[in-house]
Amino acid sequence: MIRVDLPRFGRFAAWRDAARQLATNRVDAASVTWADEDTPAGLFGADPLPPPGPHPVAATKDFLALAQTVASHSDPERWALLYAALIRLQDDRGFIANPADPLTDRLSRMAKSVRRDIHKMHAFVRFHELPGDNPRRSFGAWFEPEHPILEAAAPFFAKRFADMDWLIATPEGIARFDGAITYAPPAPRPDFPTDSSHTLWHTYFANIFNPARIKTNAMRSEMPRKYWKNLPETALIPEMLADAPRRVQAMREAGASEAPAFAARVTARIRQIPDDTPPETLEAAREQAGRCTRCDLCHAATQTVWGEGDPTAPLMIVGEAPGDHEDLQGRPFVGPAGQLLRQAMDQAGLDPAQAWMTNAVKHFKFTPRGKRRIHQNPAAGEIRQCKWWLDIERRMIAPRLTLALGATAAFALTGNRAPLTPRRGTVETALDGGPVLITWHPSLILRLDPGAAATARGQFAADLSQAARLMAA
Amino acid sequence: MAQRTLQQKLAILSDAAKYDASCASSGTTRRDSRSGGLGSTEGMGICHAYTPDGRCISLLKILLTNFCIYDCAYCINRVSSNVERARFTPEEVVTLTLEFYRRNMIEGLFLSSGIIRSPDETMSQMVRIARTLRVDHGFKGYIHLKTIPDASPALVAEAGLYADRLSVNIELPQDASIRELAPEKRPETIRAAMADVRLAREAAKEQTHTGKRPPRFAPAGQSTQMIIGADGATDRDILRTSANLYSGYDLKRVYYSAFSPIPDASAALPLIKPPLMREHRLYQADWLMRFYGFEADEIGAAHPSGFLDLAIDPKLSWALANRAQFPVDVATATKEMLLRVPGFGTKTVTRILAARRNGPVRYADLLRMGAVMSKAQPFVTLPDWHPGGLTDSASLRARFAPKPQQLQLL
Repeated sequence: MIRVDLPRFGRFAAWRDAARQLATNRVDAASVTWADEDTPAGLFGADPLPPPGPHPVAATKDFLALAQTVASHSDPERWALLYAALIRLQDDRGFIANPADPLTDRLSRMAKSVRRDIHKMHAFVRFHELPGDNPRRSFGAWFEPEHPILEAAAPFFAKRFADMDWLIATPEGIARFDGAITYAPPAPRPDFPTDSSHTLWHTYFANIFNPARIKTNAMRSEMPRKYWKNLPETALIPEMLADAPRRVQAMREAGASEAPAFAARVTARIRQIPDDTPPETLEAAREQAGRCTRCDLCHAATQTVWGEGDPTAPLMIVGEAPGDHEDLQGRPFVGPAGQLLRQAMDQAGLDPAQAWMTNAVKHFKFTPRGKRRIHQNPAAGEIRQCKWWLDIERRMIAPRLTLALGATAAFALTGNRAPLTPRRGTVETALDGGPVLITWHPSLILRLDPGAAATARGQFAADLSQAARLMAA
Repeated sequence: MAQRTLQQKLAILSDAAKYDASCASSGTTRRDSRSGGLGSTEGMGICHAYTPDGRCISLLKILLTNFCIYDCAYCINRVSSNVERARFTPEEVVTLTLEFYRRNMIEGLFLSSGIIRSPDETMSQMVRIARTLRVDHGFKGYIHLKTIPDASPALVAEAGLYADRLSVNIELPQDASIRELAPEKRPETIRAAMADVRLAREAAKEQTHTGKRPPRFAPAGQSTQMIIGADGATDRDILRTSANLYSGYDLKRVYYSAFSPIPDASAALPLIKPPLMREHRLYQADWLMRFYGFEADEIGAAHPSGFLDLAIDPKLSWALANRAQFPVDVATATKEMLLRVPGFGTKTVTRILAARRNGPVRYADLLRMGAVMSKAQPFVTLPDWHPGGLTDSASLRARFAPKPQQLQLL
């Protein structure tokens, strides 16, 4: 029997060196005793470590990471299990990646238990301020973890609390920090002086609790009782629970309360009474449209996207409905289709600032797909409801020419639902009388395959040039 | 009025903050104090304690003040409530945050506030607290600011520079309920505020023409909360609203908060026992949408009433309503289909995919890999397991639902 003595701190590195050397001799896992400071001498024989042997030894990064975590487990068998796994790994690289393998499964469970314990130590250590005349403030804590994790857990505190001195005492040993961490053997649990911030913390703990919702199972699964000895605030829990039914009962019996007299005065001052009289100005119309609920699109869309541009413009451009970008920004034609439109207008000699640009439907319609919103065409009913606003816009802008982009705009303006292809490039008469030049919606051009897109783009440019000519005439 | 002590203010202003469910401190940038300052954040948040209501304490969750000029019927701090009022000074909030943080009690601060005088005035005080923590104290911990929908864009832009997370509460699942129960708030303004946060976050990720990155903006993203059970919305309505919010504003989380009785209630809302199980089922459904590839309507349609089955979880409920798609062969099923098997979580599915590359996966293997086989049994076939007629058996739901309580004879 070979005996390997592992030190109190730096155990994993010591195990790794010894295990590598043993494995070069392919020493059987059953012939090694892994001992620590508590293992009696001579009990299991004490053959020394053999000199390096002839066999190559290799371990994957994943295995070493797993081994390092398992090394902090409290199970005395962990060193032997890890060594057995290392030996097996030499002939069978794959087993450690197979979750169905019993040894992998056991090591993974041990690692999980250690990781959880480390996480809980990061969560549940409570520092008390220690007196001192050091310019750096000084804090101390006592903590009893489930596993010997002090060395694995301490670096977290060094990163988090670099500007203060601290010590964490555990049954396994003590970690001290004064710019660097040092470890010392265990000492009896220290007494810490009272710290007024802990009194405030207890006040917070008791008051952030909602007595009307008791879910003690949820609490205990995340804050298991084995850790309560580390957490002074848990002493408050029995009383909080005992008092909860009385508090809920009191709320119920008190029922609704009488509002203080000033409340109505305050709300009267800030509450805006919506003005729903037919709007006289474009600004009033915009404000009312911002609260529009004439169809259901307003519930899902972000906001009403009102028209934009020169209200005295002779040209009105009507698109279908706002898209994703327009909906987020609250402005029309700011997405990819809008950019295409602006480019084409520029080439045709039309200035976007000298037109009124709007949409037939003023809310974005979409289907949610995970983190994206898929555009949907507005339905006839939605177009009809929103025509209320388009009509108001048209009355107030009174354009000489209207450019209808796509079938929805053409339908809203002319009432004609016939297919667009034969109508494109022609001038029809709007329901309210004015001329409407019909063309593609720029988003169509973005959707077509390259060949068809080039043709459509040419037609779109020609239509915009026609609009420019009509405006000049 | 006598001056309140810090402890009295803390009691009032944490009591006033407890109806906000969010306490997350995860998903922000990694940083620590080795190069100066105090504090650190890692990918994963830390819950430092739990109260008996089952909620975690990760952040110091307080209101700057519970004075408020708004009159939201569900809120304990509404102007028409007679609740005790208090107000922290910005310095008090900073001190409490730092002292709790140094004792390892919290990950940081979640600051919210009643609206005093005006939205901008309130928001600027909250921003000032975040700035003091970050700039004057080199605080590297987590900061979550509740933004006020009507605050000016410049203030929200500054808030995003200091805060890890910003949130705007949608409050209620339906616009009509917001207009009725929170008359000073407007659903479109709330959504526009979320859109602004999304756009600011996207702008901060784009490189400028000089190649320099603009400063980070709310790196842990935004979240929102809605109250469940205060209006007549069905679970399907709620899930649709959530799906819209997730798709539109790149939200990290939608929090569901069971409407809970408050002291000094409003006559507009009846006091009810908080629907905790409904809240739990909605969270499960929310997970199914975010991690399991389910659409809101698939989950919502599992029951004709539009409400989730309270007795069994929504995934099982969906599987029972869609038995034609089962049983699935674990050896050949797609990842998408494995994710839909009741009893298989995302981790189990990842393990199955790894294990089946190494050979056949049997019943005992699945048990070891964390599958809840009591739930999965009727829905899977394995080399050593076939559900037979179980998948289509009429009594399948009864197997999973809690047994009805027998009436006791007197």
